[in-house]
Amino acid sequence: MLRLENISWSTPDGVGVLKDLSLEVPDGKLIVITGPNGGGKTTLAKIIAGLYQQDSGKIFLNDQDITNLNVTDRARLGISFAFQQPVRFKGISVRKLIELAAGHPMPMDQLCDILSKVGLCAEEYINREVNATLSGGEIKRIEIATVLARHSVLTVFDEPEAGIDLWSFANLIKTFEEIRKNLNGSIVIISHQERILRIADEILIVADGTVKAQGASDDMMSKLECSSGVTAKCFKQEELF
Amino acid sequence: MNEITKDLLREISEWDGGFKGAYNIRENGQCAGRVSSENIKIENKKDAPGLAIFINPGTKGETVSIPACVTQGGVDDLVYNDFFVGENADVIIVAGCGIHTETGEPARHNGIHRFFLGKGSKVKYLEKHVGKGHGTGLRFIDPVTEVEMEADSQLEMDTAQIGGVDRTTRVTKAKLAENAKLLIRERILTEKDQTAKTEFEVEMNGNGSGVDLISRSVARDNSHQAYHSVIIGNAPCTGHSECDAIISENGKVDAAPELHARDNDAALIHEAAIGKIAGEQILKLRTLGMTEEEAEATIIDGFLS
Repeated sequence: MLRLENISWSTPDGVGVLKDLSLEVPDGKLIVITGPNGGGKTTLAKIIAGLYQQDSGKIFLNDQDITNLNVTDRARLGISFAFQQPVRFKGISVRKLIELAAGHPMPMDQLCDILSKVGLCAEEYINREVNATLSGGEIKRIEIATVLARHSVLTVFDEPEAGIDLWSFANLIKTFEEIRKNLNGSIVIISHQERILRIADEILIVADGTVKAQGASDDMMSKLECSSGVTAKCFKQEELF
Repeated sequence: MNEITKDLLREISEWDGGFKGAYNIRENGQCAGRVSSENIKIENKKDAPGLAIFINPGTKGETVSIPACVTQGGVDDLVYNDFFVGENADVIIVAGCGIHTETGEPARHNGIHRFFLGKGSKVKYLEKHVGKGHGTGLRFIDPVTEVEMEADSQLEMDTAQIGGVDRTTRVTKAKLAENAKLLIRERILTEKDQTAKTEFEVEMNGNGSGVDLISRSVARDNSHQAYHSVIIGNAPCTGHSECDAIISENGKVDAAPELHARDNDAALIHEAAIGKIAGEQILKLRTLGMTEEEAEATIIDGFLS
Protein backbone atom coordinates (compact mmCIF):
# COMPACT_ATOMS: atom_id res chain seq x y z
CA MET A 1 0.00 0.00 0.00
CA LEU A 2 1.15 3.51 -0.84
CA ARG A 3 0.26 6.23 1.66
CA LEU A 4 0.85 9.95 1.28
CA GLU A 5 0.38 12.11 4.37
CA ASN A 6 0.02 15.89 4.23
CA ILE A 7 2.16 16.41 1.14
CA SER A 8 2.89 20.00 0.12
CA TRP A 9 5.03 21.21 -2.77
CA SER A 10 5.64 24.66 -4.24
CA THR A 11 7.37 25.77 -7.41
CA PRO A 12 10.84 27.33 -6.97
CA ASP A 13 9.21 30.77 -7.18
CA GLY A 14 6.85 29.95 -4.34
CA VAL A 15 3.56 29.05 -6.04
CA GLY A 16 1.80 26.33 -4.02
CA VAL A 17 0.92 23.35 -6.25
CA LEU A 18 0.17 20.59 -3.72
CA LYS A 19 -1.42 21.66 -0.45
CA ASP A 20 -1.49 19.27 2.47
CA LEU A 21 -2.54 16.40 0.20
CA SER A 22 -3.13 12.92 1.63
CA LEU A 23 -4.15 9.73 -0.14
CA GLU A 24 -3.88 5.94 -0.06
CA VAL A 25 -3.42 3.44 -2.89
CA PRO A 26 -4.41 -0.05 -1.65
CA ASP A 27 -2.57 -3.16 -2.90
CA GLY A 28 -3.84 -4.68 -6.13
CA LYS A 29 -5.97 -1.67 -7.07
CA LEU A 30 -6.02 0.52 -10.14
CA ILE A 31 -6.50 4.16 -9.16
CA VAL A 32 -7.10 6.90 -11.71
CA ILE A 33 -6.33 10.44 -10.65
CA THR A 34 -8.11 13.05 -12.70
CA GLY A 35 -8.80 16.75 -12.39
CA PRO A 36 -8.42 20.03 -14.23
CA ASN A 37 -5.14 21.04 -15.84
CA GLY A 38 -2.81 22.78 -13.41
CA GLY A 39 -4.43 21.08 -10.42
CA GLY A 40 -1.25 19.23 -9.38
CA LYS A 41 -1.73 15.75 -10.88
CA THR A 42 1.61 15.42 -12.67
CA THR A 43 3.42 16.96 -9.70
CA LEU A 44 1.78 14.35 -7.48
CA ALA A 45 2.89 11.54 -9.82
CA LYS A 46 6.47 12.83 -9.83
CA ILE A 47 6.51 13.13 -6.03
CA ILE A 48 5.38 9.49 -5.70
CA ALA A 49 8.21 8.34 -8.00
CA GLY A 50 10.76 10.63 -6.32
CA LEU A 51 11.37 12.86 -9.37
CA TYR A 52 10.31 15.81 -7.21
CA GLN A 53 11.02 16.12 -3.49
CA GLN A 54 8.07 17.36 -1.40
CA ASP A 55 8.47 20.44 0.85
CA SER A 56 6.66 18.71 3.70
CA GLY A 57 4.67 15.57 4.47
CA LYS A 58 5.45 11.85 4.55
CA ILE A 59 5.31 8.97 2.04
CA PHE A 60 5.05 5.30 3.00
CA LEU A 61 5.27 2.20 0.80
CA ASN A 62 4.04 -0.90 2.62
CA ASP A 63 4.60 0.96 5.91
CA GLN A 64 8.23 1.73 5.01
CA ASP A 65 8.95 5.45 5.24
CA ILE A 66 10.30 6.36 1.77
CA THR A 67 9.96 10.12 2.23
CA ASN A 68 13.68 10.79 1.87
CA LEU A 69 14.51 8.10 -0.69
CA ASN A 70 15.62 9.31 -4.12
CA VAL A 71 14.39 8.13 -7.54
CA THR A 72 16.89 5.26 -7.78
CA ASP A 73 16.12 3.92 -4.30
CA ARG A 74 12.36 4.07 -4.89
CA ALA A 75 12.76 2.29 -8.24
CA ARG A 76 14.72 -0.45 -6.48
CA LEU A 77 11.84 -0.83 -4.01
CA GLY A 78 9.53 -1.50 -6.95
CA ILE A 79 8.06 1.87 -7.89
CA SER A 80 7.88 2.47 -11.64
CA PHE A 81 7.06 5.65 -13.50
CA ALA A 82 5.88 5.98 -17.10
CA PHE A 83 6.71 9.42 -18.44
CA GLN A 84 4.07 11.62 -20.04
CA GLN A 85 6.69 12.61 -22.65
CA PRO A 86 8.79 9.44 -23.11
CA VAL A 87 12.50 10.05 -23.33
CA ARG A 88 14.41 9.20 -26.51
CA PHE A 89 17.97 7.81 -26.62
CA LYS A 90 20.29 7.84 -29.63
CA GLY A 91 22.06 4.51 -29.93
CA ILE A 92 19.97 2.57 -27.40
CA SER A 93 17.79 -0.09 -28.97
CA VAL A 94 14.28 -1.03 -27.87
CA ARG A 95 15.68 -4.39 -26.77
CA LYS A 96 18.41 -2.78 -24.68
CA LEU A 97 15.98 -0.39 -22.97
CA ILE A 98 13.58 -3.19 -22.07
CA GLU A 99 16.46 -5.32 -20.77
CA LEU A 100 17.73 -2.39 -18.70
CA ALA A 101 14.23 -2.07 -17.25
CA ALA A 102 14.03 -5.79 -16.49
CA GLY A 103 17.57 -5.80 -15.08
CA HIS A 104 18.72 -8.79 -17.14
CA PRO A 105 19.15 -9.95 -20.75
CA MET A 106 15.98 -11.34 -22.28
CA PRO A 107 15.36 -14.16 -24.72
CA MET A 108 13.22 -13.44 -27.75
CA ASP A 109 10.08 -15.10 -26.36
CA GLN A 110 10.08 -12.85 -23.29
CA LEU A 111 10.61 -9.75 -25.44
CA CYS A 112 7.74 -10.89 -27.66
CA ASP A 113 5.57 -11.37 -24.60
CA ILE A 114 6.19 -7.87 -23.25
CA LEU A 115 5.98 -6.04 -26.57
CA SER A 116 2.84 -7.90 -27.63
CA LYS A 117 1.18 -6.58 -24.44
CA VAL A 118 1.58 -3.09 -25.88
CA GLY A 119 0.57 -4.16 -29.38
CA LEU A 120 4.03 -4.22 -30.95
CA CYS A 121 5.73 -7.01 -32.86
CA ALA A 122 9.10 -7.71 -31.24
CA GLU A 123 10.77 -8.72 -34.50
CA GLU A 124 9.98 -5.33 -36.01
CA TYR A 125 11.04 -3.27 -33.04
CA ILE A 126 13.76 -4.80 -30.86
CA ASN A 127 16.65 -3.59 -33.01
CA ARG A 128 15.23 -0.12 -33.63
CA GLU A 129 16.78 2.76 -31.72
CA VAL A 130 14.62 4.58 -29.19
CA ASN A 131 15.14 7.79 -31.14
CA ALA A 132 13.16 10.36 -33.09
CA THR A 133 12.27 7.88 -35.84
CA LEU A 134 9.62 6.35 -33.56
CA SER A 135 6.18 7.94 -33.73
CA GLY A 136 4.41 9.35 -30.68
CA GLY A 137 2.23 6.24 -30.41
CA GLU A 138 5.19 3.86 -30.80
CA ILE A 139 7.36 5.55 -28.19
CA LYS A 140 4.44 5.68 -25.76
CA ARG A 141 3.90 1.95 -26.09
CA ILE A 142 7.62 1.26 -25.66
CA GLU A 143 7.56 3.44 -22.55
CA ILE A 144 4.73 1.31 -21.17
CA ALA A 145 6.64 -1.85 -22.11
CA THR A 146 9.63 -0.67 -20.04
CA VAL A 147 7.50 -0.38 -16.91
CA LEU A 148 5.72 -3.69 -17.58
CA ALA A 149 9.14 -5.39 -17.79
CA ARG A 150 9.88 -4.35 -14.21
CA HIS A 151 7.11 -6.30 -12.41
CA SER A 152 6.66 -3.37 -10.03
CA VAL A 153 4.73 -3.23 -6.77
CA LEU A 154 3.47 0.22 -7.80
CA THR A 155 3.37 1.70 -11.28
CA VAL A 156 2.55 5.33 -11.99
CA PHE A 157 1.45 6.35 -15.50
CA ASP A 158 1.49 10.09 -16.13
CA GLU A 159 -1.18 10.92 -18.76
CA PRO A 160 -0.48 7.93 -21.01
CA GLU A 161 -2.91 9.32 -23.59
CA ALA A 162 -0.99 12.60 -24.03
CA GLY A 163 0.50 13.26 -27.43
CA ILE A 164 -0.79 10.25 -29.32
CA ASP A 165 -3.16 9.99 -32.25
CA LEU A 166 -6.70 8.64 -32.06
CA TRP A 167 -5.81 5.27 -33.60
CA SER A 168 -3.01 4.73 -31.11
CA PHE A 169 -5.34 5.84 -28.32
CA ALA A 170 -7.83 3.09 -29.12
CA ASN A 171 -4.99 0.55 -28.91
CA LEU A 172 -3.70 2.11 -25.72
CA ILE A 173 -7.07 1.62 -24.05
CA LYS A 174 -6.97 -2.05 -25.04
CA THR A 175 -3.49 -2.27 -23.51
CA PHE A 176 -4.71 -0.83 -20.20
CA GLU A 177 -7.75 -3.10 -20.21
CA GLU A 178 -5.35 -6.02 -20.60
CA ILE A 179 -3.10 -4.73 -17.82
CA ARG A 180 -6.20 -4.30 -15.62
CA LYS A 181 -7.20 -7.95 -16.20
CA ASN A 182 -3.78 -9.25 -15.16
CA LEU A 183 -3.10 -6.65 -12.50
CA ASN A 184 0.13 -7.32 -10.68
CA GLY A 185 0.79 -4.75 -7.97
CA SER A 186 -0.97 -1.39 -7.71
CA ILE A 187 -1.36 1.09 -10.54
CA VAL A 188 -1.89 4.84 -10.47
CA ILE A 189 -2.86 6.48 -13.77
CA ILE A 190 -3.07 10.23 -14.22
CA SER A 191 -5.66 10.72 -16.94
CA HIS A 192 -8.45 12.84 -18.36
CA GLN A 193 -9.88 10.10 -20.52
CA GLU A 194 -13.32 8.65 -19.81
CA ARG A 195 -12.38 5.18 -21.06
CA ILE A 196 -9.37 5.04 -18.76
CA LEU A 197 -11.50 6.29 -15.85
CA ARG A 198 -13.98 3.47 -16.53
CA ILE A 199 -11.39 0.73 -15.95
CA ALA A 200 -10.39 2.15 -12.53
CA ASP A 201 -11.26 0.59 -9.18
CA GLU A 202 -11.22 4.05 -7.67
CA ILE A 203 -11.19 7.58 -9.02
CA LEU A 204 -9.63 10.54 -7.23
CA ILE A 205 -10.23 14.11 -8.27
CA VAL A 206 -7.28 16.38 -7.58
CA ALA A 207 -7.82 20.10 -8.01
CA ASP A 208 -6.17 23.15 -6.47
CA GLY A 209 -3.51 20.90 -4.98
CA THR A 210 -5.79 18.72 -2.85
CA VAL A 211 -8.03 15.65 -3.19
CA LYS A 212 -11.48 17.10 -3.86
CA ALA A 213 -13.32 13.81 -4.09
CA GLN A 214 -12.70 10.08 -4.25
CA GLY A 215 -14.70 6.90 -4.53
CA ALA A 216 -15.46 3.75 -6.48
CA SER A 217 -15.32 4.18 -10.24
CA ASP A 218 -19.06 3.71 -10.96
CA ASP A 219 -20.13 6.20 -8.27
CA MET A 220 -17.58 8.74 -9.31
CA MET A 221 -18.37 8.44 -13.03
CA SER A 222 -22.06 9.19 -12.47
CA LYS A 223 -21.15 12.17 -10.29
CA LEU A 224 -18.74 13.46 -12.90
CA GLU A 225 -21.32 13.12 -15.69
CA CYS A 226 -24.05 14.91 -13.74
CA SER A 227 -22.06 17.64 -12.08
CA SER A 228 -21.04 21.07 -13.19
CA GLY A 229 -18.10 23.24 -12.21
CA VAL A 230 -14.69 21.83 -11.50
CA THR A 231 -15.58 18.13 -11.55
CA ALA A 232 -17.27 18.40 -14.95
CA LYS A 233 -13.97 19.53 -16.45
CA CYS A 234 -12.13 16.54 -15.05
CA PHE A 235 -12.48 14.24 -17.97
CA LYS A 236 -13.10 14.33 -21.67
CA GLN A 237 -15.64 12.22 -23.47
CA GLU A 238 -13.87 10.00 -25.95
CA GLU A 239 -15.62 11.63 -28.90
CA LEU A 240 -14.15 14.95 -27.90
CA PHE A 241 -10.63 13.54 -27.90
CA MET B 1 55.25 -11.00 -31.48
CA ASN B 2 55.33 -9.77 -27.88
CA GLU B 3 52.52 -10.18 -25.33
CA ILE B 4 51.53 -6.50 -25.48
CA THR B 5 51.00 -6.84 -29.23
CA LYS B 6 48.77 -9.87 -28.63
CA ASP B 7 46.67 -7.90 -26.10
CA LEU B 8 46.36 -4.97 -28.51
CA LEU B 9 45.41 -7.27 -31.38
CA ARG B 10 42.56 -8.74 -29.35
CA GLU B 11 41.21 -5.22 -28.78
CA ILE B 12 41.55 -3.76 -32.24
CA SER B 13 40.77 -6.77 -34.42
CA GLU B 14 39.21 -10.20 -34.33
CA TRP B 15 42.56 -11.85 -33.58
CA ASP B 16 42.12 -14.99 -31.52
CA GLY B 17 45.59 -16.41 -31.94
CA GLY B 18 45.20 -16.11 -35.68
CA PHE B 19 43.19 -14.42 -38.42
CA LYS B 20 40.67 -15.68 -40.90
CA GLY B 21 41.86 -14.81 -44.38
CA ALA B 22 44.78 -12.67 -45.51
CA TYR B 23 46.61 -10.54 -42.95
CA ASN B 24 49.66 -8.49 -42.12
CA ILE B 25 50.63 -7.63 -38.54
CA ARG B 26 52.79 -4.55 -38.06
CA GLU B 27 54.66 -4.35 -34.75
CA ASN B 28 56.77 -1.27 -33.96
CA GLY B 29 57.26 -0.57 -37.64
CA GLN B 30 58.24 -4.15 -38.55
CA CYS B 31 56.30 -7.01 -40.09
CA ALA B 32 55.36 -9.59 -37.42
CA GLY B 33 53.43 -11.91 -39.70
CA ARG B 34 51.91 -11.98 -43.16
CA VAL B 35 49.69 -14.29 -45.12
CA SER B 36 48.18 -13.70 -48.55
CA SER B 37 45.25 -15.67 -49.92
CA GLU B 38 44.45 -16.84 -53.39
CA ASN B 39 42.41 -13.73 -54.06
CA ILE B 40 44.12 -11.18 -51.82
CA LYS B 41 47.82 -10.50 -52.28
CA ILE B 42 49.77 -8.46 -49.73
CA GLU B 43 53.14 -7.09 -50.88
CA ASN B 44 55.64 -4.51 -49.64
CA LYS B 45 55.30 -1.12 -51.26
CA LYS B 46 58.29 -0.36 -53.44
CA ASP B 47 58.50 3.41 -52.95
CA ALA B 48 57.70 3.83 -49.24
CA PRO B 49 57.23 1.86 -46.01
CA GLY B 50 53.94 -0.01 -46.08
CA LEU B 51 51.83 -2.40 -48.08
CA ALA B 52 50.21 -2.76 -51.45
CA ILE B 53 47.13 -4.96 -51.16
CA PHE B 54 45.58 -6.35 -54.30
CA ILE B 55 42.07 -7.78 -54.14
CA ASN B 56 41.11 -9.72 -57.24
CA PRO B 57 37.98 -8.77 -59.20
CA GLY B 58 34.96 -10.76 -58.07
CA THR B 59 36.43 -11.79 -54.68
CA LYS B 60 33.48 -12.43 -52.39
CA GLY B 61 33.15 -12.79 -48.62
CA GLU B 62 36.86 -12.59 -47.74
CA THR B 63 38.44 -10.53 -44.97
CA VAL B 64 41.86 -8.92 -44.96
CA SER B 65 43.30 -7.67 -41.66
CA ILE B 66 46.24 -5.26 -41.37
CA PRO B 67 46.50 -4.25 -37.69
CA ALA B 68 49.36 -2.06 -36.51
CA CYS B 69 50.72 -2.02 -32.95
CA VAL B 70 53.18 0.24 -31.20
CA THR B 71 54.19 -1.36 -27.91
CA GLN B 72 56.74 1.08 -26.48
CA GLY B 73 57.56 4.76 -26.15
CA GLY B 74 60.04 6.39 -28.53
CA VAL B 75 58.51 4.79 -31.65
CA ASP B 76 57.34 7.05 -34.49
CA ASP B 77 55.76 4.73 -37.05
CA LEU B 78 54.78 6.05 -40.46
CA VAL B 79 53.18 3.66 -42.93
CA TYR B 80 51.58 3.93 -46.36
CA ASN B 81 49.07 1.23 -47.25
CA ASP B 82 47.34 1.07 -50.65
CA PHE B 83 44.28 -1.09 -51.30
CA PHE B 84 43.38 -1.95 -54.87
CA VAL B 85 39.91 -3.47 -54.87
CA GLY B 86 38.99 -5.25 -58.10
CA GLU B 87 35.68 -4.86 -59.93
CA ASN B 88 32.67 -6.43 -58.21
CA ALA B 89 34.72 -7.65 -55.24
CA ASP B 90 32.85 -7.73 -51.91
CA VAL B 91 35.24 -7.82 -48.93
CA ILE B 92 35.88 -6.72 -45.36
CA ILE B 93 39.05 -4.81 -44.47
CA VAL B 94 40.07 -4.57 -40.82
CA ALA B 95 42.74 -1.98 -40.04
CA GLY B 96 43.01 -1.13 -36.36
CA CYS B 97 45.85 0.46 -34.44
CA GLY B 98 46.91 0.05 -30.82
CA ILE B 99 49.55 2.03 -28.91
CA HIS B 100 50.98 0.99 -25.55
CA THR B 101 53.56 2.93 -23.57
CA GLU B 102 54.97 2.45 -20.10
CA THR B 103 57.55 5.24 -20.28
CA GLY B 104 57.60 9.04 -20.53
CA GLU B 105 58.51 8.91 -24.21
CA PRO B 106 55.84 9.65 -26.82
CA ALA B 107 54.66 6.97 -29.27
CA ARG B 108 53.05 7.62 -32.63
CA HIS B 109 51.41 5.73 -35.43
CA ASN B 110 50.63 7.56 -38.63
CA GLY B 111 48.81 5.35 -41.13
CA ILE B 112 48.16 6.72 -44.58
CA HIS B 113 45.63 4.49 -46.34
CA ARG B 114 44.58 4.86 -49.94
CA PHE B 115 41.65 2.91 -51.33
CA PHE B 116 40.97 2.43 -55.01
CA LEU B 117 37.56 0.81 -55.40
CA GLY B 118 36.88 -0.72 -58.80
CA LYS B 119 33.50 -0.63 -60.53
CA GLY B 120 30.73 -2.32 -58.61
CA SER B 121 33.00 -3.29 -55.70
CA LYS B 122 31.79 -3.29 -52.14
CA VAL B 123 34.01 -2.82 -49.08
CA LYS B 124 33.32 -2.74 -45.38
CA TYR B 125 36.23 -1.04 -43.62
CA LEU B 126 36.60 -1.43 -39.85
CA GLU B 127 39.11 0.66 -37.94
CA LYS B 128 39.47 0.67 -34.16
CA HIS B 129 42.08 2.72 -32.32
CA VAL B 130 43.12 2.19 -28.71
CA GLY B 131 45.73 3.63 -26.36
CA LYS B 132 47.03 1.60 -23.40
CA GLY B 133 49.69 1.52 -20.70
CA HIS B 134 50.62 3.63 -17.69
CA GLY B 135 53.42 5.66 -19.28
CA THR B 136 53.19 9.44 -19.29
CA GLY B 137 54.46 9.62 -22.87
CA LEU B 138 51.79 10.94 -25.22
CA ARG B 139 50.10 8.48 -27.57
CA PHE B 140 49.53 9.85 -31.06
CA ILE B 141 47.43 8.24 -33.80
CA ASP B 142 47.10 10.30 -36.95
CA PRO B 143 45.31 8.38 -39.70
CA VAL B 144 44.88 9.69 -43.22
CA THR B 145 42.37 7.92 -45.46
CA GLU B 146 42.02 8.73 -49.13
CA VAL B 147 39.36 7.00 -51.21
CA GLU B 148 38.68 6.90 -54.92
CA MET B 149 35.42 5.22 -55.78
CA GLU B 150 34.59 4.14 -59.32
CA ALA B 151 31.03 3.82 -60.64
CA ASP B 152 28.57 1.74 -58.59
CA SER B 153 31.10 1.00 -55.83
CA GLN B 154 30.16 1.07 -52.14
CA LEU B 155 32.31 1.74 -49.08
CA GLU B 156 31.12 1.49 -45.50
CA MET B 157 33.69 2.93 -43.07
CA ASP B 158 33.19 2.17 -39.40
CA THR B 159 35.78 3.82 -37.16
CA ALA B 160 36.04 3.98 -33.39
CA GLN B 161 38.48 5.56 -30.97
CA ILE B 162 37.15 5.23 -27.45
CA GLY B 163 39.66 6.90 -25.12
CA GLY B 164 43.31 6.23 -24.42
CA VAL B 165 44.77 8.19 -27.35
CA ASP B 166 46.20 11.56 -26.32
CA ARG B 167 46.45 13.30 -29.67
CA THR B 168 44.67 12.51 -32.92
CA THR B 169 44.34 14.25 -36.22
CA ARG B 170 42.14 12.26 -38.57
CA VAL B 171 41.84 13.20 -42.23
CA THR B 172 39.42 11.43 -44.57
CA LYS B 173 39.04 12.37 -48.23
CA ALA B 174 36.88 10.70 -50.86
CA LYS B 175 35.97 11.16 -54.52
CA LEU B 176 32.84 9.44 -55.80
CA ALA B 177 31.96 8.55 -59.39
CA GLU B 178 28.49 7.61 -60.76
CA ASN B 179 26.23 5.86 -58.26
CA ALA B 180 29.09 5.36 -55.79
CA LYS B 181 27.85 5.25 -52.20
CA LEU B 182 29.92 6.12 -49.15
CA LEU B 183 28.75 5.52 -45.59
CA ILE B 184 30.96 6.74 -42.76
CA ARG B 185 30.30 6.08 -39.09
CA GLU B 186 32.84 7.63 -36.75
CA ARG B 187 32.86 7.42 -32.95
CA ILE B 188 35.35 9.23 -30.76
CA LEU B 189 35.59 9.52 -26.99
CA THR B 190 38.20 11.81 -25.47
CA GLU B 191 38.95 12.24 -21.78
CA LYS B 192 41.55 13.80 -19.47
CA ASP B 193 43.58 16.29 -21.56
CA GLN B 194 43.21 14.46 -24.87
CA THR B 195 42.55 16.22 -28.16
CA ALA B 196 41.01 14.88 -31.35
CA LYS B 197 40.66 16.68 -34.62
CA THR B 198 38.71 15.12 -37.47
CA GLU B 199 38.47 16.39 -41.03
CA PHE B 200 36.32 15.05 -43.84
CA GLU B 201 36.26 16.11 -47.47
CA VAL B 202 33.90 14.26 -49.80
CA GLU B 203 33.55 15.20 -53.46
CA MET B 204 30.58 13.73 -55.28
CA ASN B 205 31.43 13.93 -58.95
CA GLY B 206 29.14 11.30 -60.45
CA ASN B 207 25.44 11.30 -61.18
CA GLY B 208 23.55 9.46 -58.43
CA SER B 209 26.46 9.33 -55.98
CA GLY B 210 25.74 9.65 -52.27
CA VAL B 211 27.40 10.06 -48.92
CA ASP B 212 26.05 9.54 -45.42
CA LEU B 213 28.47 10.78 -42.75
CA ILE B 214 27.57 10.12 -39.13
CA SER B 215 29.89 11.30 -36.40
CA ARG B 216 29.22 10.76 -32.71
CA SER B 217 31.61 12.06 -30.12
CA VAL B 218 31.92 12.39 -26.37
CA ALA B 219 34.32 14.91 -24.83
CA ARG B 220 34.89 14.43 -21.11
CA ASP B 221 37.15 16.00 -18.46
CA ASN B 222 39.35 18.69 -20.07
CA SER B 223 39.44 17.10 -23.50
CA HIS B 224 38.83 18.93 -26.76
CA GLN B 225 37.46 17.78 -30.10
CA ALA B 226 37.15 19.61 -33.38
CA TYR B 227 35.00 18.35 -36.26
CA HIS B 228 35.18 19.79 -39.75
CA SER B 229 33.38 18.29 -42.70
CA VAL B 230 33.23 19.47 -46.29
CA ILE B 231 30.72 17.84 -48.63
CA ILE B 232 30.83 18.95 -52.24
CA GLY B 233 28.08 18.04 -54.69
CA ASN B 234 29.42 18.49 -58.23
CA ALA B 235 26.65 16.38 -59.81
CA PRO B 236 23.07 15.28 -59.10
CA CYS B 237 23.75 13.55 -55.77
CA THR B 238 22.68 13.22 -52.17
CA GLY B 239 24.77 14.15 -49.15
CA HIS B 240 23.90 13.88 -45.50
CA SER B 241 26.09 14.57 -42.52
CA GLU B 242 25.16 14.30 -38.88
CA CYS B 243 27.46 15.41 -36.09
CA ASP B 244 26.27 14.71 -32.55
CA ALA B 245 28.40 15.37 -29.53
CA ILE B 246 28.00 14.95 -25.79
CA ILE B 247 30.10 17.16 -23.55
CA SER B 248 30.67 16.57 -19.84
CA GLU B 249 32.80 18.19 -17.13
CA ASN B 250 35.00 20.71 -19.01
CA GLY B 251 34.90 18.91 -22.35
CA LYS B 252 34.86 21.14 -25.42
CA VAL B 253 33.65 20.44 -28.94
CA ASP B 254 33.88 22.57 -32.08
CA ALA B 255 31.78 21.55 -35.07
CA ALA B 256 32.13 23.19 -38.46
CA PRO B 257 30.16 21.46 -41.19
CA GLU B 258 30.32 22.79 -44.73
CA LEU B 259 28.04 21.94 -47.63
CA HIS B 260 28.86 23.02 -51.17
CA ALA B 261 26.24 22.46 -53.89
CA ARG B 262 27.80 22.86 -57.32
CA ASP B 263 24.94 21.26 -59.24
CA ASN B 264 21.29 22.24 -59.29
CA ASP B 265 20.26 18.68 -58.38
CA ALA B 266 22.68 18.24 -55.49
CA ALA B 267 20.64 17.62 -52.32
CA LEU B 268 22.77 18.18 -49.24
CA ILE B 269 21.72 18.10 -45.59
CA HIS B 270 23.60 18.65 -42.37
CA GLU B 271 22.44 18.05 -38.81
CA ALA B 272 24.47 18.90 -35.73
CA ALA B 273 23.79 18.82 -32.03
CA ILE B 274 26.19 19.43 -29.15
CA GLY B 275 25.19 19.37 -25.51
CA LYS B 276 25.45 17.61 -22.21
CA ILE B 277 23.39 14.49 -21.48
CA ALA B 278 19.74 15.45 -21.18
CA GLY B 279 18.56 15.40 -17.55
CA GLU B 280 15.40 13.57 -18.61
CA GLN B 281 17.49 10.70 -20.01
CA ILE B 282 19.27 10.27 -16.69
CA LEU B 283 15.96 10.47 -14.80
CA LYS B 284 14.35 7.85 -17.02
CA LEU B 285 17.17 5.38 -16.37
CA ARG B 286 17.08 6.19 -12.64
CA THR B 287 13.38 5.24 -12.63
CA LEU B 288 14.61 1.84 -13.85
CA GLY B 289 16.81 1.54 -10.75
CA MET B 290 20.15 2.91 -11.97
CA THR B 291 22.31 5.39 -10.11
CA GLU B 292 23.12 8.68 -11.80
CA GLU B 293 26.64 7.40 -12.65
CA GLU B 294 25.31 4.13 -14.08
CA ALA B 295 22.76 6.05 -16.14
CA GLU B 296 25.43 8.36 -17.62
CA ALA B 297 27.67 5.41 -18.50
CA THR B 298 24.76 3.58 -20.15
CA ILE B 299 23.77 6.63 -22.20
CA ILE B 300 27.36 7.18 -23.42
CA ASP B 301 27.87 3.48 -24.21
CA GLY B 302 24.66 3.48 -26.27
CA PHE B 303 25.53 6.74 -28.00
CA LEU B 304 28.91 5.41 -29.09
CA SER B 305 27.74 1.88 -29.91
